[in-house]
Amino acid sequence: MNLEHPLIEVAYLLSAILFVVGLKRLQSPATARGGNALASLAMLVAIVATIVDAEILSWNGILVGVALGSLIGGVAAKRVQMTEMPQLVGIFNGFGGGASALVAIAEFVGNPAVGAGSTGVTIMLGTLIGAVTFTGSFIAFAKLQGLMTGNPITFPGQNAFNAFVFLGVLALGATAMGIGGLAVAPLTLFWAFLGAALVLGVLIVIPIGGADMPVVISLLNSYSGLAASAAGFVIGNMVLIISGALVGAAGLILTMLMCKGMNRSLANVAFGGFGGEVAGVDRSQIGKRPVRRADAEAVAAELGYVNSVVVVPGYGLAVAQAQHELRKVGDMLEDRGVDVKYAIHPVAGRMPGHMNVLLAEADVSYDKLFDLDEINDDFSNTDAVLIVGANDVVNPAARDPASIIAGMPILDVDRARRVIVMKRSLSPGFAGIDNDLFYLDNTLMFFGDAKESMSDLVREVRELA
Amino acid sequence: MGELMIGLYVFVLATLTGREVITKVPPTLHTPLMSGANAISGIAIVGALVVAGRAEGALQTGLGIAAIAMAMINVVGGFMVTDRMLGMFRKR
Repeated sequence: MNLEHPLIEVAYLLSAILFVVGLKRLQSPATARGGNALASLAMLVAIVATIVDAEILSWNGILVGVALGSLIGGVAAKRVQMTEMPQLVGIFNGFGGGASALVAIAEFVGNPAVGAGSTGVTIMLGTLIGAVTFTGSFIAFAKLQGLMTGNPITFPGQNAFNAFVFLGVLALGATAMGIGGLAVAPLTLFWAFLGAALVLGVLIVIPIGGADMPVVISLLNSYSGLAASAAGFVIGNMVLIISGALVGAAGLILTMLMCKGMNRSLANVAFGGFGGEVAGVDRSQIGKRPVRRADAEAVAAELGYVNSVVVVPGYGLAVAQAQHELRKVGDMLEDRGVDVKYAIHPVAGRMPGHMNVLLAEADVSYDKLFDLDEINDDFSNTDAVLIVGANDVVNPAARDPASIIAGMPILDVDRARRVIVMKRSLSPGFAGIDNDLFYLDNTLMFFGDAKESMSDLVREVRELA
Repeated sequence: MGELMIGLYVFVLATLTGREVITKVPPTLHTPLMSGANAISGIAIVGALVVAGRAEGALQTGLGIAAIAMAMINVVGGFMVTDRMLGMFRKR
């Protein structure tokens, strides 16, 4: 803390207050935009206070950094499609972690003989968390962007190997602080420590599969906050510690909510290698049983002459970018007097709230979106459910204690009078198991690409008398 | 009380405050919450400015400038994309 310039500390305090108030306004969609503006004002106050205080000697490099970062961030924010938000947030997590790591690294470079005191330990922590966040986020980005396989990458002895690398990171960090008195220069040990930490970030994320990404993104979000806090400890700055802690808490809460949405522990998500080809599950019968098919005309008739329809969107909606066509169908049904609602499972999509943002982009009113707890009791009074590109989150197998998704909270769509599943094929979802919902007497399968099917549906609903 | 202990107090209390505030954010806003939190983690810009401002030698200067660029991607990109998203949340 800078007690010689109390005004600077007052500015930082004001910034911290604005961050908290800004986050509080995210509690309602009506005030959220203002909250985000307050948080950005908080950032501006913190930056100005720092510039006034830091007695910056050379501006050239700083201005280049600011201009470059602002340009990249601004262009990305303007250009990104709402379907690509998980990737964007993923890579932004990485930059946040990377920036915090670089602050800690620069401090070590400036004083390699820092030793094992509190400064040394916070530098090591900041470097470790930041580096893991950096590379882990890039792997998450690559998986979400399709640059590498979205399936878990596993190998024998993986968890033991990762534990070995983790212990190696700790050992290198300790020796770089002079513990053990090795005859190697601290800076050399530090670079080895940094390299191992970067590798650890890759190793932690590769065994985690596509549909578990909401957990990973949330956790990396939390790490990026903790890395900022650690950087705050390194340079003795309270506003960094506070903001980092707020982000850390946000990420952790979302991580826990996502795990709860799948009825799995964080350890199971992190070390389970869940998804893809699951051993011990008989897949030979998937898609072999008879189903009832329907075309767009039949589906339009099923939806257009009833009182209530609940739409269940899933990741397939995002992949097909069919949200605008879906909204058109919803609007036309409402014009016909049908009550249309949207049921959002906590882990639908690839990040928390992914579906809500897609539907908001398509101009669906947010008071028509309901989460699992709010809507599950309504399905038994619902005439028709339209499932668009969702699978595991509506699989009744979750009620079977023997299933690998046993206990996962699901949307009870099978209790509706009619279920229409819009899907490309009968292929299984992320969990790799068949979905009994598809074979029920009251289920109709509407096969095809979600966007084309939805366009056909728009036309057929319009034709209805 | 040393600066480290004060920092720990502040960290723990800020985490608890964050938990109270963020638990009440509705699921429909979880993506903007995350991208907004992302922008806030760009607060590392403060550390980056301090480091770059007093850097000695090319390596430290380079590290500081890289940190500034990365943090600014988060700050500008994070707040802008969050604003863009929240602008889409409308009640009709």
